[in-house]
Amino acid sequence: MADKITIFINDKEYQVDAGQTIMQAADKLGFHIPRLCYHPKLSIEGSCRVCIVEVEGARNYVASCSFPVSDGMKIHTNSQGVRKARRDIIELILDNHPLDCHTCERDGNCELQRLAASVGIRARHFEGEKKCYDKDLSSDAVIRDPNKCILCGRCVRMCSEVQEVHNLTQAHRGFSTVVMPAYNMPMDNSVCTNCGQCINVCPTAAFLEKNYTQELFEKLNDPDIIKVAQFAPSVRAAIGEAFGLAPGRNMEGELVAALRKLGFDYVFDTQFAADLTIMEEGSEFLERVQNGGKLPMITSCSSAWMKCVEQFYPDLLDNISTCKSPMSMQSALTKSYFAQKLGVDPEKILSVAVMCCTAKKYEAARPELEVDGLRSTDIVITTREAAWMIKSAGIDLLNITPEEPDHPLGESSGAGAIFGTTGGVMEAAIRTAYELYTGETLVDIEVEAIRGLKGIKEGKIVMDGQEIRVAVAHGLGNTNQLMETIRKEPDKYHFVEIMGCPGGCVGGGGQPYAQANTIPLDEEALQQRAQALYDLDRGKTIRRSHDNPDVQKLYKEFLQSPLSPVSHKYLHTHYQAKTPKGIVPKETKTGV
Amino acid sequence: MTQIAQDKLQELYDFIEDVKQKDYTESYLIAVLHKVQELFGYLPQDVMDDVAERMGIPTAHIWGVATFYHYFNLKPVGKHMVSVCMGTACYVKGADKVLETLKKELGVAVGETTEDKLFTLQEARCLGACGLAPVIMIDDKMYGELDGKGTIDVINQYRKAAK
Amino acid sequence: MKEKFKLTLCDGPSCIHNQSKEIRAALEAELSQHGLADQVSIHLSGCLGMCKQGPILIVNPGFTMYGKVEVADIPNIVKSHLVEGSPVAEKVIREDHLYNRFFRIFGDVDFFGKQMRITLRNCGIIDPENIDDYLSVRGYEALAKVLTDMKPEDVVAEVKKAGLRGRGGAGFPTGLKWEFTANQESDEKYVICNADEGDPGAFMDRSAIEGDPHTVLEGIIIGGYAIGASKGIVYIRAEYPLAIERLEKAIAAAKEHGFLGDNILGSDFSFDIEIRLGAGAFVCGEETALIHSIEGSRGMPRPRPPYPSVSGLFGKPTLINNVESWANIPVIVLDGGDWFSTIGTETSKGTKVFALAGMVHNTGLVEVPMGTTLREIVYDIGGGIPNDKAFKAIQTGGPSGGCLPAEYLDTEIDYESLAKAGSIMGSGGMIVIDEDACMVGLAKFFIEFTQDESCGKCTPCREGTKRMLEILTRITEGKGKEGDIEKLERLGHMIKNASLCGLGQSAPNPVLSTIKNFREEYEEHIRDKKCSAGQCSALLSYVVNDNCVGCGACKRICPVNAVEGTRKEKHVIDQDKCIRCGQCYDVCKFDAITKA
Repeated sequence: MADKITIFINDKEYQVDAGQTIMQAADKLGFHIPRLCYHPKLSIEGSCRVCIVEVEGARNYVASCSFPVSDGMKIHTNSQGVRKARRDIIELILDNHPLDCHTCERDGNCELQRLAASVGIRARHFEGEKKCYDKDLSSDAVIRDPNKCILCGRCVRMCSEVQEVHNLTQAHRGFSTVVMPAYNMPMDNSVCTNCGQCINVCPTAAFLEKNYTQELFEKLNDPDIIKVAQFAPSVRAAIGEAFGLAPGRNMEGELVAALRKLGFDYVFDTQFAADLTIMEEGSEFLERVQNGGKLPMITSCSSAWMKCVEQFYPDLLDNISTCKSPMSMQSALTKSYFAQKLGVDPEKILSVAVMCCTAKKYEAARPELEVDGLRSTDIVITTREAAWMIKSAGIDLLNITPEEPDHPLGESSGAGAIFGTTGGVMEAAIRTAYELYTGETLVDIEVEAIRGLKGIKEGKIVMDGQEIRVAVAHGLGNTNQLMETIRKEPDKYHFVEIMGCPGGCVGGGGQPYAQANTIPLDEEALQQRAQALYDLDRGKTIRRSHDNPDVQKLYKEFLQSPLSPVSHKYLHTHYQAKTPKGIVPKETKTGV
Repeated sequence: MTQIAQDKLQELYDFIEDVKQKDYTESYLIAVLHKVQELFGYLPQDVMDDVAERMGIPTAHIWGVATFYHYFNLKPVGKHMVSVCMGTACYVKGADKVLETLKKELGVAVGETTEDKLFTLQEARCLGACGLAPVIMIDDKMYGELDGKGTIDVINQYRKAAK
Repeated sequence: MKEKFKLTLCDGPSCIHNQSKEIRAALEAELSQHGLADQVSIHLSGCLGMCKQGPILIVNPGFTMYGKVEVADIPNIVKSHLVEGSPVAEKVIREDHLYNRFFRIFGDVDFFGKQMRITLRNCGIIDPENIDDYLSVRGYEALAKVLTDMKPEDVVAEVKKAGLRGRGGAGFPTGLKWEFTANQESDEKYVICNADEGDPGAFMDRSAIEGDPHTVLEGIIIGGYAIGASKGIVYIRAEYPLAIERLEKAIAAAKEHGFLGDNILGSDFSFDIEIRLGAGAFVCGEETALIHSIEGSRGMPRPRPPYPSVSGLFGKPTLINNVESWANIPVIVLDGGDWFSTIGTETSKGTKVFALAGMVHNTGLVEVPMGTTLREIVYDIGGGIPNDKAFKAIQTGGPSGGCLPAEYLDTEIDYESLAKAGSIMGSGGMIVIDEDACMVGLAKFFIEFTQDESCGKCTPCREGTKRMLEILTRITEGKGKEGDIEKLERLGHMIKNASLCGLGQSAPNPVLSTIKNFREEYEEHIRDKKCSAGQCSALLSYVVNDNCVGCGACKRICPVNAVEGTRKEKHVIDQDKCIRCGQCYDVCKFDAITKA
């Protein structure tokens, strides 16, 4: 229990816990001090100076994000002097900003715009030279526009502190400071994993996903093609936020209906492929266990993680499951099994994935994922892009009548739903693997040990007397730690789940932006999104992937059995070590 | 790769190995970059890649450091570094004129290298010879109390020596 | 044979430039020719601060100081003074006689008369590369004293008693800083000497290290003992190769003599010092930026608290003082805090070194007791303004400081009085400005510097100084608008109040102080599009007057062929073509070009 101290905010007396910052204390008391560079998951930068307050007796204004409260402290968050200084600081940021708001993708959900409005900038005093740099459009997934950058440094800290990818740095200095990869390397030739977390924390449009909405609208209006959509588990758990709902509302039915209204002929659910992934991955795991294959086996659903492992952990490539991600499995089947069922040329099918993820855009373009010479996923849009398209088409998502996904690639179990949150893949795999291995049904199917937002989670399960040790990591920083452990102790675990984004897919780089006065990737919001998926799981009668009747049918009609040659052709892939420019978090090359 | 370049790299690798014996190895990054510049005259990108790999420091971090400090050259430099002191005393005594003269005479802007690769022009912070203001420094040699003509004379000395 | 003469040659950068090395060679040759080689010893000293008079040669005994010595003078000096015993009068530096208790050795030179040298006490007297020389002036006695007679807390108490305040800029009480750091519990602590002297126009740290590196080292070692650190780091500008070399030699010599290393002087105290180089970033003078730089990162400051005394280098408690502060420590230990605190003013004790430069006769380093007036420095020590020009202002504290007009000349220098006057002590840059200077241009010069050196981390400094520079630039180009002065003030106060570190917080000072003291110059530029000082070239015109004899020099030098006229007749400048570079004005020998 922390000691209580007395502080005064705007002349009112309060008792607060010692040992916290002015901002923390003020937040709890209902004073929202404007802020920009601050993020609770990142180190304190104290650089934007937007959160300055006046402390009596202090020589200068202090940054409330970093300055600790002390007993008797008299704080003014809104004095005339502070208001004026804060206003001028925000104007200075605007003066070096393109101010093309109405043509900017973040118009309406830009933190800078909101800040400017909140301090009431109605005149401009200090306009002058503006920065002028080229946009980096090289990547299929993440684009970088330094002109929009206001140098809050959140992306750099996210990329280095949380994700530990260390792709971004502030380069040069002073007025010439620019956030960039090493040597100003184009993003597609950098170590960027396309996780998109920089986009999530960016207050402006300095980082954005590559936008495919116009191209998609065009295709949706083409009567000669069959438009097939799939959507990831966590999209339904978050898209409501883009329409003003609180985090944690499951919008599955509304989303299916909206996608149909947008012009999709078939709407499938990626959760179906999630169940299929469990069949394949679970079988692959059991095969490795029984035949002395390479262990621990590490999951391969997360696209950012796949690029990460290829460039930073080439020595562990044999540990990675050969299963494609659920998206790519679903697309492969759409252009084979489903095309056959429809009796159409797969070239006539447009396969679109609505994903919580930016890295999936990169994944979709991987040549090794082509099926019979055809790209299997034609277009990937993020949750944000989908929300925009729905709004743009005038569809009232909130009041729409919910609909069900189509067969034969739309039915899913509860296990498929929880894929969207950290630990979910492992939990789903345990439900199925246990039964495949022991022939008995696992009764207690909710594996608490691997739920929640702890960085690295461990669990074990006994199957026929054999102890299976599992580990789960989310976020590439936590993953780094886990991989170092695995390099040192290869026998420590049997099965490992990795999700590249904090919180798993619910925290993906393509999820809706934080609303006013909330924090990007707020842990509470992540938990609520996860809870929506856990609730979805509980509400289902079928909660194990192998019980999904459409999955069973698919094996009977098309794939024969898990790991069969047909399954291998459509559902498995391979990896290749990559050495982009600008290597390296710790000791990466040691294993090569 | 030439023998000389290989020897230089070897010297750098030895330096890094020494540094790695010390506590807080990564804190010696700036010292290592000084060494790179001493050996190569600037910081070549492939050498920075080497430093990243051998020291286990992300390249982006090295790039951030290399671009932060004015002392580091990111491009190859000329045979002679011409530094014009822009300290206060020199300013008061006409350093801006000396700089203008040099820009014109050499035909380059600050930070650039002449076509013949003989000179790189740069501004310097106070060189600590205020008594001689305005001063320029060419490599390690200082020239003081300069005016336009005096400056050109100094440059011509180096040109002559180069021929 | 007994040594008859001891010669000391100044080895500062200015003197080296003026061939002091060649002079030494000439001396050696001449001495051996006269067979005096073994009767005369030659020593090198650090910068004496009298750069204007260099190269300087001192002959002892007799304390004869020769100035502006040239190689050609050597035979005469050797023959006449060393052989025949009569000094070469015309080469001896002589000024009004003033008794100087401390620097008798420098003889009758006014430049030193009002000075009091504590920090620089050995500079110019001992050979900085010879530890024995340092030992002969009670060197490392203070270290021996603390190791044998004093507990660490006694040392801290002594420094507190002395009332020493940080000489790097802000003037924080040094003793308190030591006490905070000493009170921290930690397995490791660090002591740092900040030698990242970056103010344009300040070179006292460089001279102190070049002239007397051991004093600085001794101070650091004592500091390490007092706070319980086992490691010291000197962070020094890479642009100071000679200082680095001397420091390296001094550290090696100190290790050899047992003043550094394990069990110093047989005590339980072990301490080591390492040198780390900066790489050209002014902001690294700020202590948290400096720490980041030592840690191998971009030298960007971070918000305080926590202060370095709690969490500094590598997260450990760290004591940072600048060179000049450290150099005071051995004196305080040996002569006592009580004695030290008798020097100076009520709030500011001891002496301060200033780098005197600009429009003043004697430029160089001066060390004066706190409480000396600006007038004494400018006129008594500096010898006044050359060329019969009028004094206009004095700029103290470098780019963080302000410009004080004549009415402040009798200000007694200390931290508070300078701050009250609208400037700061800073690290000790002191630039004398005469009537020819344009204060708007000067303010622009300083903002240009801080803007260029801004690390770019915090918004007010990164964006704000840029806007201030733009406004100042347009004012000096005759494009100033009504309201620009108010905008400068508004930005200036915001940047002062809201910036992250000391660099930003003080960056507007040169602008705000010139607006305060020379507002009419700003108004003149904006309203009348005029620069009375004739410095803002965009506001000038060059006109040929009747002195013109038609020599054609201006015509030949004009880069844009703006001068017309036939030989031996009055020339004319085409104002449309003229780019106002001023070369015609400089080249004219007949005062025939008027600048207006």
